[in-house]
Amino acid sequence: MKLLFNIAWTHVSTRVRQTLVGMAGVSMGVGFTIMMAGLMQGSQLDFLRQLVDTMPHITIEDERRSVPTQPADQEYAAVQMSDIANVGKRPGIKYPESVMSSLRSWIPGDVAPSAKSTAIINHGGARIGISLTGIDPRREVHVSKLATQMREGKIEDLSRSPNGILMGEALAEKLGVKTGNTVLLIGGQGIQLNSTVAGLFRSGLRSIDESQIYSLMGPAQIIMGQSGVVNQLRLRLNDPMLAQKVAAQVEAQTGYKSVSWQEANADLLSSFTVRDFIVLTVMGAMLLTSSFATYNIISTITHEKRQDIAIMKSLGMREYAVRRIFIIEAAIIGVVGILFGWVLGYLLCYGWSKITIFNPLTGTTVPLSIHYSLTHYAVVGGISLLCCAGAAYFPARKATRVQPVEIIRGAS
Amino acid sequence: MSEIALQAVELVRRIEGDVAHTLVNGIDLSVKKGEFLAITGPSGSGKSSLLYLLGLLDAPSEGEVIICGEPTSKLSESERADVRLTKCGFVFQFHFLLPEFTSLDNVLLPMRAAGKMSEPEMRERGLSLLGSLGLGEHANKRPNQLSGGQRQRVAIARALANRPEIIVADEPTGALDTVSTQQVFKILRDIADQGQTVVVVTHDPALAARADRRIHIVDGKIAESTGQGGGEAVCEMAT
Ligand SMILES: Nc1ncnc2c1ncn2[C@@H]1O[C@H](COP(=O)(O)OP(=O)(O)O)[C@@H](O)[C@H]1O
Ligand SMILES: [Mg+2]
Repeated sequence: MKLLFNIAWTHVSTRVRQTLVGMAGVSMGVGFTIMMAGLMQGSQLDFLRQLVDTMPHITIEDERRSVPTQPADQEYAAVQMSDIANVGKRPGIKYPESVMSSLRSWIPGDVAPSAKSTAIINHGGARIGISLTGIDPRREVHVSKLATQMREGKIEDLSRSPNGILMGEALAEKLGVKTGNTVLLIGGQGIQLNSTVAGLFRSGLRSIDESQIYSLMGPAQIIMGQSGVVNQLRLRLNDPMLAQKVAAQVEAQTGYKSVSWQEANADLLSSFTVRDFIVLTVMGAMLLTSSFATYNIISTITHEKRQDIAIMKSLGMREYAVRRIFIIEAAIIGVVGILFGWVLGYLLCYGWSKITIFNPLTGTTVPLSIHYSLTHYAVVGGISLLCCAGAAYFPARKATRVQPVEIIRGAS
Repeated sequence: MSEIALQAVELVRRIEGDVAHTLVNGIDLSVKKGEFLAITGPSGSGKSSLLYLLGLLDAPSEGEVIICGEPTSKLSESERADVRLTKCGFVFQFHFLLPEFTSLDNVLLPMRAAGKMSEPEMRERGLSLLGSLGLGEHANKRPNQLSGGQRQRVAIARALANRPEIIVADEPTGALDTVSTQQVFKILRDIADQGQTVVVVTHDPALAARADRRIHIVDGKIAESTGQGGGEAVCEMAT
């Protein structure tokens, strides 16, 4: 092995320029791939974090997964029924307080009630459909990041102003309202309510910032025309990744439809999968391409060293041993290239993290979020090394397969 | 009865192709241990082709090469490589040293590939081989710093490295001046006198005359066999 390494070393060290080009190829492939991995995963994690922060981890709705069986069904064994009025007033969650206290006893997190409805907001001639959620400020802090998302005012201010509401900055901008202004809320049954803007928030998700309004439970229930109803429980877990499991357990226990944040964003998450696949393909292709310089060098060396290969084989060195020389050469190029590639990748990531961009979602200037992970370095390095070995294997196999006499005959 | 180191039985080597060609055409040959055999013949008569077969660099179309009593036609490619490494040293017309390595490293190459000795033992043997061939002070020179005769002697040292039974040399002096030619032949003669078997192809009749036995090849066949009696006797014994 030492012998093979020696021979390999003489080959690469007598071809400094070619060797450096090969190493540079590997370095760049590795560096840029690490940078891409850091950027992609960074932005994805950033997005998920925002999503998880903004949304309840599990939402329990006052509905069942399937249409409830009709009493007539049970009584008369009817074959088929149609045109059943299944919508009317929302049924609400029965005995919400006892459901919540029972949940609190076992879920790894907390739960808060809300009354959710739709309404129209009317201000200065502008009429915009919004989603109104009645909350309990003392409990809200345990299940959402709303408190930290407040830009003006506090959640507690809801109870200080008459029919106080909190709205997203984006919506306020659209309507041209400020904290302290009064707007008109119109409910589904035509119920109208004059409300005071008690504070502004910014979640970062435009869909929420433009169409979500929070109030106390009371005003929301008035708008719905159903006093005392709680039609939604929202859960926040210590570990958001448990949401799917806990949601299933909650649903089994309460019988109410429980939706985890993953389920609610299934389309978004599946688009992540597609994106991941595309990105991984591109990164793999980059690494493969970067090993072409190595392929080129090994091809050249095996070609130039045809005679040496024949000599070594004729002296009695085994074919695989001779082939290994060239694999070692590629490994030398690969390993050095990968080391420099790691440094390059780190520097590129570091450079990107210094760049701030204006995020139109949040309206703030933030640094690009980069995910630093040793796994990236290990995986990218490993794949690159494999690519290099593969790039060397094929020309080396071709060259070492030749019978030594064929070359010796030609040379003498 | 003396031991037979190298034996060829009904050896045939054909080249298939558009123009089929028979390089070696039915050669029977036995070489005793310690014998110095010279092969002569006109250019293109198949001397090199025969030598490649004897040195297991090439495989015969028909027939058998028996090295130290062991038939070789059924050996795998790696087993043939092992025989070349340990039992049969080859010296080419052109030295075929590895250009990036010093004389010593070139001589060490077969020993390192065999991996039977420790590094100091190998170095000691390498240096003593080079010394005995008059290359003591050239051990650390590269092939391009040596003269033709010196290179050829390094190549002989390399062939001797693993103490093979048999040394096969294909016109080792073909590219050398007279002085170097004399030196190389004396070395080969000494090797044979020390008990190793030497088979050498040469154009030079004066040199062939110094061998124990001579065979003359024409068109891939033995046309004439002359020597100090032993040759024929061995041949008869073998067949
Ligand atoms: N691969 C080959 N294909 C066709 N002809 C060959 C090949 N190798 C050798 N020959 C021919 O076979 C003959 C014998 O070659 P060789 O053994 O080298 O002869 P010698 O060493 O006696 O000069 C020559 O005529 C040579 O041109
Ligand atoms: Mg010849």
